Amino acid sequence: MTTFRLGLLRGNIEIKQFMRQRESVIFTLFFPVLLLFIFGSVFKDTIAPGVTFSQYFVAGMIASGLVNSGFQQLAINIPIERDNGALKRLRGTPMSPIAFFIGKAILVFLSMIIQVVMLLAFGALFFHLHLPHSGALWLRFTWLVLLGSACSTVLGIALAGIIKSGRGAPAVVSPFVIVLQFISGVFFVFSSLPSWMQQFSALFPLKWLTQGMRSVFLPANFASQEVAHSWEIGKIALILIAWLVAGTFLAMRSFKWSRQ
Amino acid sequence: MSAAIEVLDLRKSYGGQEAVAGISLSIEHGEIYAILGPNGAGKTTTVEILEGFRSRDSGSVFVLGSDPGSLGIHGSAWRNRIGIVLQSTSDAAELTVAETVHHFSHYYTKPKDPDSVIELVGLTDKRDAKIRTLSGGQRRRLDVALGIIGAPEILFLDEPTTGFDPEARRAFWELILALKAEGTTILLTTHYLDEAEALADRVAVINAGKIVEIATPETLGGRHLAKATISWSENGATQKKISENPTQDVIEIAARFKGDIPELTISRPSLEDIYLTMIGGKE
Repeated sequence: MTTFRLGLLRGNIEIKQFMRQRESVIFTLFFPVLLLFIFGSVFKDTIAPGVTFSQYFVAGMIASGLVNSGFQQLAINIPIERDNGALKRLRGTPMSPIAFFIGKAILVFLSMIIQVVMLLAFGALFFHLHLPHSGALWLRFTWLVLLGSACSTVLGIALAGIIKSGRGAPAVVSPFVIVLQFISGVFFVFSSLPSWMQQFSALFPLKWLTQGMRSVFLPANFASQEVAHSWEIGKIALILIAWLVAGTFLAMRSFKWSRQ
Repeated sequence: MSAAIEVLDLRKSYGGQEAVAGISLSIEHGEIYAILGPNGAGKTTTVEILEGFRSRDSGSVFVLGSDPGSLGIHGSAWRNRIGIVLQSTSDAAELTVAETVHHFSHYYTKPKDPDSVIELVGLTDKRDAKIRTLSGGQRRRLDVALGIIGAPEILFLDEPTTGFDPEARRAFWELILALKAEGTTILLTTHYLDEAEALADRVAVINAGKIVEIATPETLGGRHLAKATISWSENGATQKKISENPTQDVIEIAARFKGDIPELTISRPSLEDIYLTMIGGKE
């Protein structure tokens, strides 16, 4: 059987295992929608002419959804699978590691699609989210989602290699993601953060991903409210690609099939 | 034809502590070979080096003619010919037995029929049960099913029956013997003496990373040559005699008594006595 077909079978098994764990389905898929509801309902202020905070927040939550489905999910589940012997068992079979990663990518892709669709639907229905009105914006949205997911996936695998135990993984990963959301312009308007915090968060991809999502979902003239007074689309693409390359390298270096 | 597994002067240290301190062994095709030793003797380290999971410090290792420490791109073809049953695992809890065994069959070029493997390990009743609902013994049987689904030439079993009740252990032994009958070479680690005795063609006893002895279960520790100890009571004291010919000696002793010899016992060292002497030799 070819590695690609085996990868599809791995994807099927990954999805089955994921969907049968109620906690993981709720935590991974519904948590961002829940947050959207809470924040969107509480903060209804207008932050610029024609832009409410809830619209701003939905754009950020879509970026966070990519972090959730890739980074957070893999950095928590891979250490658990390493602890319970799943990875070691696979390593003892002729299955190519490439098939294993194809399977993981399929799972991430599926949960990413589900989250993005739910966030878009709830955002549009309840929080005045304007769906992109031009083909160019949809195109930008698509590459942001794909590049963002890919970054999120490889960085999740890279972090999984550093985390020592599956039991401790959520305690390491979740605060990391939450802090990143606070300083990257998801929970607060980015331009209102202290400048040292803005500069620090600019080191990480989430800040750029949220900015890209705002360029898709907020009115074009909101660009003037950004820190750089521009959406910086080219810079976003370059930084995400740099993180993707670095993350792939780190993931290949740090991945371990068993504890030791 | 060369041996299935050939190990020469294998060594591995962890932080200055030698876990494996110069082990050599040669395992023939079709043989059940047991590595017997107490916990911490170096059994798992040795086997995991042979399985390709761990690196070694020195020594040579060949499994099916390949060095598991430097497989490179041949790793997949090599793993296609071996089966591994690790120490206790708890993975794939949400999948069913049948889903898992069928899925693993796709990894191998010439797998056995998944349903007959499920039958062979006695899990047909549980084929649609989620793995997390299986008992410890049933889980171990599933581990074996996944170890043999690829029709391996060599099967590695690392402490397969730890935590089994006696009945489950018997049933498991039957299964292992059935695999041997199919021609599978089996390397088994255990700290149960009776398991090595029931299954193995040859036993290597290891302690503190070194081989104490390699023998058949019948000849381990020179058991077949061991002299009998005759013990009885005479003149108000316990008498003992080490004898090569206990029947003759007992007849002679009996002649001194008119009838029964008081408190007569004739004993030979059990395998357990020999084993405990071997692994406790340093105490």
